Amino acid sequence: MSTTTTPHRWPRPAEGTWTEHYPELGTGPVSFEDCVSPEFYELERDAIFKRAWLNVGRVEELPRAGSYFTKEIEVAGASLLVVRGADGAIRAFHNVCRHRGNKLAWSEDPREETAGACRQFTCKYHGWRYDLEGALTFVQQEGEFFDLDKADRGLAPVHCDVWNGFIFVNLDREPRQSLREFLGPMLGGLDGYPFDRLTERYDFVADNNSNWKLFADAFQEYYHVPSLHPQQVPIAVRNPEAGFECAHFQCDGPHRVVSTGGARRWTLPPEFMYPIERATRSGLVGPWEAPDIGPVPAGVNPGGVEPWGISNFQIFPNVELLIYSTGWYLLYRYWPTSPGSHRFEATLGFHPARTVRERVEHEVAAVVFKEFALQDAGMLGGTQAALETRVLDEFPLNDQEILVRHFHKVVGDWVAEAGR
Amino acid sequence: MSALLPPEFEDLEPFAATWCLATEAERWERRMASSMNELHAFYDAAFPRIEAAIEHCDRHALDALPADVEHLLQLVHSLVLVAMAVEIFAQPKTVDSADAELHRVKEPLP
Repeated sequence: MSTTTTPHRWPRPAEGTWTEHYPELGTGPVSFEDCVSPEFYELERDAIFKRAWLNVGRVEELPRAGSYFTKEIEVAGASLLVVRGADGAIRAFHNVCRHRGNKLAWSEDPREETAGACRQFTCKYHGWRYDLEGALTFVQQEGEFFDLDKADRGLAPVHCDVWNGFIFVNLDREPRQSLREFLGPMLGGLDGYPFDRLTERYDFVADNNSNWKLFADAFQEYYHVPSLHPQQVPIAVRNPEAGFECAHFQCDGPHRVVSTGGARRWTLPPEFMYPIERATRSGLVGPWEAPDIGPVPAGVNPGGVEPWGISNFQIFPNVELLIYSTGWYLLYRYWPTSPGSHRFEATLGFHPARTVRERVEHEVAAVVFKEFALQDAGMLGGTQAALETRVLDEFPLNDQEILVRHFHKVVGDWVAEAGR
Repeated sequence: MSALLPPEFEDLEPFAATWCLATEAERWERRMASSMNELHAFYDAAFPRIEAAIEHCDRHALDALPADVEHLLQLVHSLVLVAMAVEIFAQPKTVDSADAELHRVKEPLP
């Protein structure tokens, strides 16, 4: 496929390349018009964000009956209220009072998300009350209304389901697929992974000046790593010619995964690590020692990579779930806020630290994560700005960037499908 | 002023008022507001002590650290953040981060 003479480190599909293993992807240059066009952004609202299942949180965020959080999904024009009912079930509603349309749950700023616990929801405006299952239970001066039946005026429900502790919503009137069907067999292979034991969380948020897909793109290929993140290797042992070859790529419906493998960082000679990594036994790829989190399903490493490092699952449309062989995970969400901007959310989940040493290991991982994510975030404003010149509209992608190719094709397919 | 750190770590006391900070947001702000001379001074004094500091903290349960020990752990957290600037980037700000920000909004304490 190219003139390189470097032998591949990892076995490839029979076709010789990952991309050609999925012939519907083609191998030609791609357009990123979908990241700059205001018209396309308008189409994405309905075609993607009002049709796909969207992850909005974890069950641990709703520990008991009455626990709730709100979720603003600007691209779908929705404010959601996600709550655990008295029966323990998690439900989602539009965060809108049925009386005069006031936002039901909010604190100081109606655009800001909020969370807490309560026995019922009371509208600030006229005091209408709703129970934890969304039923309208109290109307002030009910007798003054005309033909008001409280049973018809419960909070407007939103389809909500839970997969391995991850709470998903679907804003479609009637979802075309159940959550399980939507996630498909590859993500189903993660069933039983002990996410519920990785409850020590570090959460991050950022507003970023790039289209939501551009940030996702930066995290679904490793081709950029030697160039944008040279500091991941200490300068004394840095090889400017070094490339990065991933061990396994796989597409399943609208979803994708890339796995890495190879010698673990801490098994390399000491000069390949920074002093702080050696001192804390943690660093770029997290803690060196994996906690005992019990058995993990084979599906976390769908390519059977050995030695396996990371599997980076891209859950369509806007979630990345990155699982480390050392028993912790990262979750990213990209929420569009305009054609050229999005809100980025990141969570790191670890087994709760039992000692100060373990807490410091997690701190190092969280600190290193931020440094290198800032490099991605910083650069993408430049990508957005240059793409918006629209001087160019076709860009070559290599085999290591197959998931970028797949992502933009799926987005285009969903938009085209919704337009039919 | 009374000491913030355990007596065994009185050599780090000059840095305690500056770097015993509870949250990453405070530590990040302090790193950005510091000169490389200041970051080096802290790093050079504290890095050789990190093993001893972690061992000292680990004589206590993580959820029941006495105040001075909790300060010591906060100092270790700061050292981790400062090590990025000293060992990796040779400047307080992440190289090539342009105008990007990333706010840690939830974390375990301490």
